[in-house]
Amino acid sequence: MARLITVYVNNKQYQVEDGQTIMQALDKLGYHIPRLCYHPKLSIEGACRVCIVEVDGMRNFVASCAYPISDAMKISTNTPELRRARRDIVELLVDNHPMDCHICDRNDNCELQRLSYAMGIKQRHFVGERKRYQKDVSSVAVIRDPEKCVLCGRCVRVCSEIQGVFNLSYAYRGFKTVVTTAFDIPIAESVCSSCGQCINVCPTAAFLEKNYTQELFEKLCDPGLIKVVQFAPSVRAAIGEAFGFPAGISKEKETIAALKKLGFDYVFDTQFGADLTIMEEANEFLERLKGNGKLPMITSCSAAWMKFMEQFYPDMIENISTCKSPMSMLGAMIKTYFAEKIKVDPEKILSVAVMCCTAKKYEAKRPELLVNGLSAVDIVITTRELAWMIKSAGIDFVNIQPEEFDNPLGISSGGGAIFGTTGGVMESAIRTAYEIYTGEPLMEIEISQIRGMQGIKEGSIELDGKKINVVVAHGLGNASKVLEIIKKEPQKYHFVEIMGCPGGCIGGGGQPYAGANSIPLDENILMKRAEALYGIDRKKTIRRAHNNPAIRRLYKEFLGKPLSEKAHKLLHTHYSPKYPKGIIPKEMTLR
Amino acid sequence: MTTPIEILKKKKQEAIDRIYNKTYFSDKVIYVGMASCEIAAGAKEVMEIFKDAVKKGQITTYVTQRGCVGMCSVEPTVDIVEKGKMHTRYIKVTPDVAKRIIEEHIKKGQIVKENVYFGSKQKSIVICRGAFCLNQKTEDVIEEIEKEIKQRNLQDKVELCFSSCIDLCDEGPIVIVYPENRIYTNVKVEDVKLIIEQDIINSKQAEGVNVLQNGYFKFIKILGDYKNFKRQKRIVLRNCGIIDPENIDEYLLVRGYEALAKVLTYMTPKQVIEEIKKSGLRGRGGAGFPTGVKWEITSKEISDEKFVICNSDEGDPGAFMDRSTIEGDPHSIIEGMIIGGYAIGSSKGIVYIRAEYPLAVERIKKAIEQAKKEGFLGENILGSNFSFDIEIRLGAGAFVCGEETALIHSIEGHRGMPRPRPPYPSIQGLFNKPTLINNVETWANIPFIIISSAELFNKIGTKTSKGTKVFALAGKIKNTGLVEVPMGIKLREIVDEIGGGIIEDKKFKALQTGGPSGGCLAEEHLDTEVDYESLTSVGSIMGSGGMIVIDEDSCMVAVAKFFLEFTQNESCGKCTPCREGTKRMLEILTRITEGKGQEGDIEKLERLGNMIKKSSLCGLGQSAPNPVLSTTKNFKDEYVEHIRDKKCRAKFCTNLLTYEIKENCIGCGACKKVCPVEAISGSPKQIHKIKQDICIKCGGCWRVCKFDAISRN
Amino acid sequence: MQIKDIVQEKKQQNIQILKEYLESFKNRSRAESNLLTILHKVQELFGYLDKEAIEEVATIIQVPLSHIWGVATFYHYFKLKKPGKHIISVCLGTACYIKGADEIVAKLKEELKTDLGGVSEDGLFSFEEARCLGACSLAPVVMIDDKIYGNLTPQMIPQIIKEYKRKHKE
Repeated sequence: MARLITVYVNNKQYQVEDGQTIMQALDKLGYHIPRLCYHPKLSIEGACRVCIVEVDGMRNFVASCAYPISDAMKISTNTPELRRARRDIVELLVDNHPMDCHICDRNDNCELQRLSYAMGIKQRHFVGERKRYQKDVSSVAVIRDPEKCVLCGRCVRVCSEIQGVFNLSYAYRGFKTVVTTAFDIPIAESVCSSCGQCINVCPTAAFLEKNYTQELFEKLCDPGLIKVVQFAPSVRAAIGEAFGFPAGISKEKETIAALKKLGFDYVFDTQFGADLTIMEEANEFLERLKGNGKLPMITSCSAAWMKFMEQFYPDMIENISTCKSPMSMLGAMIKTYFAEKIKVDPEKILSVAVMCCTAKKYEAKRPELLVNGLSAVDIVITTRELAWMIKSAGIDFVNIQPEEFDNPLGISSGGGAIFGTTGGVMESAIRTAYEIYTGEPLMEIEISQIRGMQGIKEGSIELDGKKINVVVAHGLGNASKVLEIIKKEPQKYHFVEIMGCPGGCIGGGGQPYAGANSIPLDENILMKRAEALYGIDRKKTIRRAHNNPAIRRLYKEFLGKPLSEKAHKLLHTHYSPKYPKGIIPKEMTLR
Repeated sequence: MTTPIEILKKKKQEAIDRIYNKTYFSDKVIYVGMASCEIAAGAKEVMEIFKDAVKKGQITTYVTQRGCVGMCSVEPTVDIVEKGKMHTRYIKVTPDVAKRIIEEHIKKGQIVKENVYFGSKQKSIVICRGAFCLNQKTEDVIEEIEKEIKQRNLQDKVELCFSSCIDLCDEGPIVIVYPENRIYTNVKVEDVKLIIEQDIINSKQAEGVNVLQNGYFKFIKILGDYKNFKRQKRIVLRNCGIIDPENIDEYLLVRGYEALAKVLTYMTPKQVIEEIKKSGLRGRGGAGFPTGVKWEITSKEISDEKFVICNSDEGDPGAFMDRSTIEGDPHSIIEGMIIGGYAIGSSKGIVYIRAEYPLAVERIKKAIEQAKKEGFLGENILGSNFSFDIEIRLGAGAFVCGEETALIHSIEGHRGMPRPRPPYPSIQGLFNKPTLINNVETWANIPFIIISSAELFNKIGTKTSKGTKVFALAGKIKNTGLVEVPMGIKLREIVDEIGGGIIEDKKFKALQTGGPSGGCLAEEHLDTEVDYESLTSVGSIMGSGGMIVIDEDSCMVAVAKFFLEFTQNESCGKCTPCREGTKRMLEILTRITEGKGQEGDIEKLERLGNMIKKSSLCGLGQSAPNPVLSTTKNFKDEYVEHIRDKKCRAKFCTNLLTYEIKENCIGCGACKKVCPVEAISGSPKQIHKIKQDICIKCGGCWRVCKFDAISRN
Repeated sequence: MQIKDIVQEKKQQNIQILKEYLESFKNRSRAESNLLTILHKVQELFGYLDKEAIEEVATIIQVPLSHIWGVATFYHYFKLKKPGKHIISVCLGTACYIKGADEIVAKLKEELKTDLGGVSEDGLFSFEEARCLGACSLAPVVMIDDKIYGNLTPQMIPQIIKEYKRKHKE
């Protein structure tokens, strides 16, 4: 434990640990200094100056996020001059902002709004020229609106430091500073992985997902369409937060009910798709293990990860599992198997997916994933968009009567549920692969080695005396680290799980915004969401994908067996290098 | 074993031999000032003319270059040195003048009177005022000579000049009499009378005074005249305008690399740091942090790698001290850095220099190459165990890179955006390694302190500010240029005595020091001493050395706006107060100068200014409001006039002017013709009229009227 | 050969020179720290920061493009657009400002029919502002390429521009 030192905050004496910043110390003492550019998961920027405090003996205010606390330090957090300075700093941000709150996507959930209120800005003194930029709406997933940007730089840092994509940078300087892509090219033409973490960390609406709610509302009223929807495991683990429930409570049946109330005819479970993925992926892995294909095999369910791989690591395409993601597999089954079942022309089916993810919007538009010329998924909306639709439609989510999934694509195993958290795909794949390979069910099905929020997790399992080494990475930055290891030591691992977002899908770029009392990327919240999924798994009687009766029926009635020709046609895909090529910096000091 | 001192001695002798024995030093030498400022004024063309004359065999003179001596207002300058003749300096040398110098002076020995600066009188007395002695005895002798000249009314016959160090430091004070080149050594105050009576009046060698035999003239180079240089003290600029900056031999001649050899032979790193601490030297980049303390902190850090950086990213508008120093004397900076490296235990130096200074870049590059070749840089310097190398990194046009953390980011290949401190670069700097950053002027002081001792340096200046400061004098002052003055000198002395007062004898209004980070001082502040603390106490800063004189024709609101425009344009954009706040301040200032100022604008400027000062991330932001805050304080009346009366007393803010045609208009129609918006009407030979609602206040009519019939108020 | 082809060929030659230059950095430690030095080289070769050249830099030195873009746009010395044949820099230093640099700017704007930072329509002139050129005694000054014009009045501008245009016609 660090040395204890004595400090004074607003003339009150405290003992705190040495070796931390003023902000860290004050947080623990119960003084929450207002802040904007600071994020505990990202490097210290010290740029916004909102978190300034007064320190005795210092000529100027100091940024509490960056300044180390020291013995006998006398700190004031609320003197009139300091309050006025903070107030003016936030007003300066507001003065250079469109101030169109009532027509803004982040209305009522905007850090700038909250700060402005908390600073007591009741009047504006410095109104003048405001920056003007075009919105970048080129991408099907991520929208960039630099006019709303307050230049806190959290997006730049999350994109480089956490995701290792380095698509965003500050460009130009001074009043003309803007966060943009290289050469100011549209997001759609950039190396953006569509992960949406920039949206998660943005305090305002400078980054947003491409919104499809309007289109969806219209289609839901089209009597000529059969409206089918699926939603991802992580949606149920987080949507409650958007309605004021604490994190970590699954709202599966409530979500089903809300979707029905919104007008969907069938509500299916992406977890069914996950089970199907496991059937194919586990078998594919065992084939590769036999020598038919390259090892290590790397999972392919994360859409951001797939786009990232094609741009940054195209030389690893052969290592990628050819399996489509659970969403796309289920979408493919909806437009074929299910269409046949209900004897409807697949063109008359509207296939919608609610995802925790923004990159799934990109995935849904991939031409490689067309099924007989039709999109497997027509519209992807995020957890956030669904929550908004529920509210907008006046549905009382809090008191809603729970409902059940529809058949035949609504039953899932526990393995399907944990797909939403880092390590879950691997765990579920092992549960199934083990049994297929050894003929015996795996006894210890909760594989703790690969659970938890550590960035890179290694584990191993014995298959009839053969040691299989696995590794799990979440967040694209960690993915890069693992891939660099594999480049150097191709034999090190047999099976690799990669999820593009921190925490896996539960931390996806489409999840509810952090509210007034929480922060984006908060590990505690991610862990609670993960726990919700593990809870679903524990409660299921069927915890292994291959034991899912609906899956068995699907193979029996339609696909034959895993890796069959038909399965290949409908459930597998291919990848190709994409331009512009991404660059992983060799040894860049991150700033 | 040969010590570094012995190795240096040998090298110096070789350099002397080269200078003496090689043909390149003939009995006649032409020195052309070749720094950026001189070149801008046309020195290159002048140089070509001299070189051409030599090539064609018209003259047999050796033509060489030297740096800038600081006399910007009269450049290009050319010095003619000849055995047995007066040492002559010409100013404002155009190609035509250069041709006349060849024809009349070189060929026939006739002075070109119109352009001569000194050396046209019958006699001249040159006193060695080299940096290394800075001897009170010399100052006493100077005073005595001046007194004698006055008393005996010899002003028309003899003039008094100063030379730079002639390397006879043990034999000073030195008095040299021209044209005979008689060198009197160990001159005492009572000797002056003897010299004046015998040598000046009667042109005989003064008896009873020590004299050195002739043959030494090649080393003697004149710095300048008594009038302009009396109040100056040249430590940093000791060799500027004296030596050929592209020839290391000439640096060796003026005790170059002696400090390094001394350090390597006799001193431990700790002793070097103690010496620098004792000297009282403070950083000359602006903030004034004690240099020795900075060195000590960096030296105490334990690391596999440390860096020494020379911050040459001089960027204040109107300031060019560092550029001149590098262009005139690059080796003194290199020598300083090597000593710094030795003191803190670093083997790697980096000179970060503006790309906008191509000549300075070229000269420092050349100097580094020469220093490497001579073994002052590289492995085992002067036979010691110490190794040190220097690399050059170019900036790319960002003022903020003068801030040390921004500079570090720039060297690392990043955007030059500052980061919060601590950690300070001394602890975590370049590539997160301990890094010692000093600016050009600071480094150039180091060899002097080592050679002349910390005590001598510490004697100069005020209680808290020691040594000298280089200023770039600019604006509405007669002698614009570079001056080096002892700390403690009054601002008034710089403006009136060294600067020669305001041009056209207009009224002084303000003195701006410290560039865009500094403030505007009023008449009443002119008695302030040059000292870090006193300048801060009156609302300006020492800064890096820009000093701009503003007269009654300038509008203080517009001056404040000019500086704020500069900082606003150079703001890196990282922190909110500087990025957004300076923009709003500029908007307010702009509307005031356009006659759209509102009640409360001054208060808004002050509110924003004080907030930005206290809340910004880096020094640039923290000081950006200074020009505004100092003018709202010292020149509040002008702001009030602009806002309330819509008047600009300097008649500078065009939007606040009214043009009217007076009774004495003869109706020539010239104004009508020139008016771009047809605001002027009137028949020929009738009094014309300006329609005020159409007039755009361009002033075209006013400029074109030959009869002073248009009023401008 | 068409002029366009000659230009293209020249560009490819420069790309080749650049590649060789970059190879010397490739295996150095902290290669990316030389980014400014490298960008200076690109500008020296191409006259501005050519996109294709920048992509080579990114690939060989392994620095993300967005990072280079951030750096390139931060420093005013780097040109992002192809410049004119001649570069006119108006000094906006203090001395020049006080002695009427703004009138010189206005006149140049009129003559070149472009704003500061632009290129004249005929592609002949880039019109830029400069920080103090260090020729304060000659204020106001304008630098065209390497040549300094001092003690200027707005009336002198058209003649100077005309002279360059004439030389170019020859």
